[in-house]
Amino acid sequence: MNTEIVKIQGQDSKTEEMILNLGPQHPSTHGVLRVILKMDGEVITSAQPDVGYLHRGTEKLAENRTYPQMLVISDRWDYLAAMSNNLVWSLAVEKLMQIEVPARGQILRVIMVELNRIASHLVFFGTYGIDIGAYTPFLYAFREREKILDLFEEVSGARMTYNYIRIGGVMADLPKDWIGRCRSFLEWMKPRFVEYDTLLTENPIFQDRTKNIGILPQPLAISYGISGPNLRGSSNPFDLRKDAPYCLYDKFNFSIPTGKNGDCWDRYWVRIEEMKESVKIIEQALEMLPEGECNAKVPRIIRPPIGEVYAQIEAPRGMLGIYLVSDGGDKPYRVHVRPPSFINLAVLQEILVGMKVADVIAILGSIDIVLGEVDR
Amino acid sequence: MILPVWNESQKRSALILFGIASAGAGISIAIGEIGARFSKIWACLSSFALKNSIPTALLTPLSMIIQCSILIGFISVSVMFMVWWERKVSAHMQNRLGPMFTGGWHGWAQTIADAIKLLLKEDIIPAEANPWVHRLAPIVAFVPAFLCYAALPFGEGLISADLDIGILYIFAISGLSVLGIVMAGWGSGNKYSLLGGLRAAAQSVSYEIPRVLSVVPILMMVGSLKLTSIANVQTGFWQIAGIPVLPKWFIFYPIVGQIAFLIFLISSVAETNRTPFDIAEAESELVAGFHTEYSGMKFSFFFLAEYAYVFLSSGLTTVLFLGGGSGPILPSWSWFLLKSFAVVFLFLWFRWTFPRLRVDRLMEFTWKFLLPWSFVNILITGFILLF
Repeated sequence: MNTEIVKIQGQDSKTEEMILNLGPQHPSTHGVLRVILKMDGEVITSAQPDVGYLHRGTEKLAENRTYPQMLVISDRWDYLAAMSNNLVWSLAVEKLMQIEVPARGQILRVIMVELNRIASHLVFFGTYGIDIGAYTPFLYAFREREKILDLFEEVSGARMTYNYIRIGGVMADLPKDWIGRCRSFLEWMKPRFVEYDTLLTENPIFQDRTKNIGILPQPLAISYGISGPNLRGSSNPFDLRKDAPYCLYDKFNFSIPTGKNGDCWDRYWVRIEEMKESVKIIEQALEMLPEGECNAKVPRIIRPPIGEVYAQIEAPRGMLGIYLVSDGGDKPYRVHVRPPSFINLAVLQEILVGMKVADVIAILGSIDIVLGEVDR
Repeated sequence: MILPVWNESQKRSALILFGIASAGAGISIAIGEIGARFSKIWACLSSFALKNSIPTALLTPLSMIIQCSILIGFISVSVMFMVWWERKVSAHMQNRLGPMFTGGWHGWAQTIADAIKLLLKEDIIPAEANPWVHRLAPIVAFVPAFLCYAALPFGEGLISADLDIGILYIFAISGLSVLGIVMAGWGSGNKYSLLGGLRAAAQSVSYEIPRVLSVVPILMMVGSLKLTSIANVQTGFWQIAGIPVLPKWFIFYPIVGQIAFLIFLISSVAETNRTPFDIAEAESELVAGFHTEYSGMKFSFFFLAEYAYVFLSSGLTTVLFLGGGSGPILPSWSWFLLKSFAVVFLFLWFRWTFPRLRVDRLMEFTWKFLLPWSFVNILITGFILLF
């Protein structure tokens, strides 16, 4: 949208665009993101995201670490969905070494990743409420997330950086009665969606704030390489769990929710629906969990053959990929991460222009970035 | 009907709440009408002054000082209570407990501790700020709130200045507060503050209009701008065949009362800058809006002003729509407080369940929805009065 600078006749007055630094310390940037906004009154004329405040150089660090050591660092990319990061790293190394993980290990991975997807989307739901100005949903979401974290704590000993999914399988088999506790959590979770709907989704003010705001057309989304719920919000049913199944995802029965217009509302709605689908997947996984070993035989020192590999999964925020080059040693030669948050963030500069300051927060929140993954 | 099954702790808290309520009722009945007691005390004082030949010119300022101190005391105590109450209410709405430690019983002393903390905090004036505007802004924001309380009838005979234009006075004076907010926004030398101040100015000025117009039907029916006479009209009951059905509160007047009440309530929430209309201090957008750069006592003055306005709006709602201090058994002041705090609870409820409106939708809402409907309401009242 072009903003006109109105010249008042006969007066030597001029208007100036205001430059506002949104962040790096700002309550709604979900970390340390800086967006340089040029504004005409309250209307945005240009937006430049500035990233790198959380850069730790994990891809370079990988070159000095053995393959299992890198798992620990992978936890720190998308810290809201550390299981996905573990999984994609393990998948990449396994692909390189041609290790076949037993079915029990595969299903366990699916359970963990899907539970983590729910936890991650719950954080989105809560913080998005705060962005829009409703504080109560946040605490409701965290009540449920707490239960998921308790489940994770039982299996992995950690609540945020799990390091649970290992090369060749998982860290350990499930503790006693864990399945029962997981089932009771799922039963608890189902009626909560109704609660969320009455509290936030059906609220007319919330709908007014999100519908037709920050529309991301499908061609633009594809040309920017957007993936995950943001792309599905723009009515493109692209999901690696269906399109390039890994970890026996092709055996599960679930649907891919898609939005219509690609506005903030659609992106929000897709995530809420995805949580419901994840509940279904976990239920099926608990049902079909086979007996037996959960770990494949993996050599003590991992020395993959010379070669390169690309592994990708559908993380809560989109297509998470690892490009890995091995020179035959016990450390990777080169690692590159395809971080969905970083790539999704880039589209901000397109869809923010012409919006109001209040919408910046709504749009930024609906893109759902994790700065740990953006900057790595 | 399914009766809820209460566990031990719920039973205990219900018992405690019942105890508090009955103790409060007992105490207020024992105290009786404060207004009458105050006039007795005042009569004693003046006769004592006459006997000891103290000039009467001294008495008038003295009475003013006493009234002011009572009001300031009331405002600060009620604000402290409201802050604690809001924290408890919001906590229970959000599955938390809220303050539990300070003072022992359910953290009752939390706001006192907070106030002491704010008093002791360093007072910062940013280098970019205009120091005088920055310093004056909290005072300009708070003083009108305090002035408004002068014309608020707390019950029978409990009003420090029973003005003939009481309602007009309150609207006029409370409109001044926005000056303080604009000063804070402009004088802080911060872009977020500036945006917040501008938003607040636009919002307050727009919502003032439907707020005043929503009261016009009451003024037409009562024929007076005096708050005490408006409250007096609403005493008693509507009767069907001698049985009292509904109190004669203005909110129960068919159609007109409800529309006026809703418009007044909505614009009151907007006037006090609270969610869903808190765009002036929208935390997720503007950090803290106009009071981003304030700390310590100056910040607490804004805080005090906000809560003082919340109670003022609730008190006004009570006087205009809920019959003021009218009610059985309990003295009028305790009815007034009960009803006012019930309305305060509504404010809290809104705040903790609604998201925030966007600034342009907010303006659309007042100009395209509230304003036309308040005109329609005036029209309907005119028809009712004609026929």
